Amino acid sequence: MAIALAPKRRTDWIGLVFALALTIVILVPMLVVITWSFANVWRFPSVLPQQFGLKFWQMTLARSDVWSALSLSLTLSAVVTAISAAICLPAAYAFARMTFPGRDVLFFSFLAGQAFPKFGLLVAIAAIFLQLNLIATFWGVVLIQLVGTLLFMIWIPVAAFQSVDRRMEEAARDAGAGPLRVFWSITLPQAAPTIFSAVLLSFVGTFYETEGAWLIGAPQIRTMPVLMISFINNQPVIQYGAVLSVLLWIPSLIALVFTRRVVNSGSFARGFGG
Amino acid sequence: MSKLTIADVSKIFSTTVAVDTFSLDVADGELVCLLGPSGSGKSTLLRMIGGFETPSSGSIRIDDEEVIHLPPEKRPTGMVFQSHALWTHMNVFQNLAFGLKLRRRPKAEIKERVEAVLDLVGLKGYGSRMTTQLSGGQQQRVALARSLVLEPKILLLDEPFASLDQHLRERLREEVRDIQQRLKITTLFVTHGQDEALALADRIVVMRDGRVEQVARPDMVYREPATPFVAGFIGTMNLIDGTVANGTFSRASFSVPLPVADGPATLAIRPEALSLTAGGQGIIHRVTDYGTHGLVDIDLPDGTRIKSMISDAKAFAAGQSVDLKPTAISAYRDNAVIYRTR
Ligand SMILES: Nc1ncnc2c1ncn2[C@@H]1O[C@H](COP(=O)(O)OP(=O)(O)OP(=O)(O)O)[C@@H](O)[C@H]1O
Ligand SMILES: [Mg+2]
Repeated sequence: MAIALAPKRRTDWIGLVFALALTIVILVPMLVVITWSFANVWRFPSVLPQQFGLKFWQMTLARSDVWSALSLSLTLSAVVTAISAAICLPAAYAFARMTFPGRDVLFFSFLAGQAFPKFGLLVAIAAIFLQLNLIATFWGVVLIQLVGTLLFMIWIPVAAFQSVDRRMEEAARDAGAGPLRVFWSITLPQAAPTIFSAVLLSFVGTFYETEGAWLIGAPQIRTMPVLMISFINNQPVIQYGAVLSVLLWIPSLIALVFTRRVVNSGSFARGFGG
Repeated sequence: MSKLTIADVSKIFSTTVAVDTFSLDVADGELVCLLGPSGSGKSTLLRMIGGFETPSSGSIRIDDEEVIHLPPEKRPTGMVFQSHALWTHMNVFQNLAFGLKLRRRPKAEIKERVEAVLDLVGLKGYGSRMTTQLSGGQQQRVALARSLVLEPKILLLDEPFASLDQHLRERLREEVRDIQQRLKITTLFVTHGQDEALALADRIVVMRDGRVEQVARPDMVYREPATPFVAGFIGTMNLIDGTVANGTFSRASFSVPLPVADGPATLAIRPEALSLTAGGQGIIHRVTDYGTHGLVDIDLPDGTRIKSMISDAKAFAAGQSVDLKPTAISAYRDNAVIYRTR
């Protein structure tokens, strides 16, 4: 009865279909945009551009407003993410591990903030900011972006903290660690992979956020997406938009590289107790 | 080295009384098993000693020093959890070194002590393994080592082997006993397996609804259970409710001389202390042949089922009418012993 079951490699059809669908939906448009950004001349009905070149890249990168917008957006995203983490992570821990009056109401209020049309909320906030002289300032935009990150910077880490085995924390107390030390050495590392994804979402989300940045920041504070909109509105040249789009993917690429490193380091599996 | 004194400790969770005025002295180097059904308050008691729950009242002293007001990290106790609770983001060495690092021991000493304790639990050379790369038994050994390496005065184990298979459980149980004897460490061991308690303990505490039902040496708990509950909980026991009149206990057609005052009583008879003869008190429902012995289920006319252990399973068969002849009995009234043969 010792027939070795040869591990037959079956074709993973479902995986292939998924990969194909993803390719069509994501990669093809990306390729088109990239092609556009390198097209000096591309007229209908040609399938490929008549002339490739870096003309529009040079023109775009020569503009100082593009560079200042890019660095502004990166700074803004970093600052917002850092502040959001500093506020939200301890709050999330409190939500996950403690009971206090009004806990549930407060917790769901973060969701409620996202359930209503955002633009109305933004206009109301803009009115308040006008009073506080925060309109068209860096910190005004930081504040408005902060609001946008609250939801997933609270909800995702709460789930992450809740899934940390309490016995692990108790075992650390037992070994002689105080509550703070337990948080740093046990709870945070255990929740890290999930929290990292929330931080990433927050960074990328802030980078791409347009409505709030435009409403509060304009005209002085111009982030990349805001700049792109004004480009598209003012100059109906597809290549400008294409070049800016490719530039806009920079944070996503950075994020992807980071994610890969986290995944590869195996801390994902460990963090999830795998 | 260290003794543990628990005096009148109670724990009330909003409506449930988990532990009810519990008192116990554990002598230096003694291994005491807490045994009881699910929900009898064993874990709650252990967690109060470890500092993870605050007693509603009472006092817990280690070497005559009150520890109730101390947080877990300040108590000289070491706890081993059922779910091992190893830190999965650290390797075995880091798990064991964590507490020593907190105590700011020198690097060389940490290394030495971790290696010594790994050797003790039979995991020499496993330091660099991730905890997730260990088998269930190895994980539980690491968890034990993690507590031992800090040399606690009191070792607390909460059903540490409950999730392991029978064979491994027996092996680890013996290892724990060996280590405990060698280190002479005062130990409280929670289990709801009676065989585990009987095999391990210097003394057994049988708990029920948060209270002590009996504290005694293992053989005494088996031979002379203090209450019908203990009698029924440890080993197999026939518990028969009936009445005593004129020195005779009777239940349905079954009767046996019992020299106590008239009134209700509960009779406790081990299956091995009940032999059978041809007669008419009950009818054999089933005979199970275990080779070395037979187990007979007898039904009294009112439906009461009684078990008897016989040396030759072939001697009786289902459907036969028999009389029950107890060779050793205990009798209880109002939750206390009123009679015992011998
Ligand atoms: N945190 C808590 N809040 C409320 N009730 C609790 C809490 N912890 C335990 N209890 C209750 O206290 C009683 C004793 O529980 P405990 O966990 O000590 O039992 P146990 O003897 O360890 O049982 P088991 O063998 O199932 O582990 C149970 O009725 C339980 O429901
Ligand atoms: Mg328990």
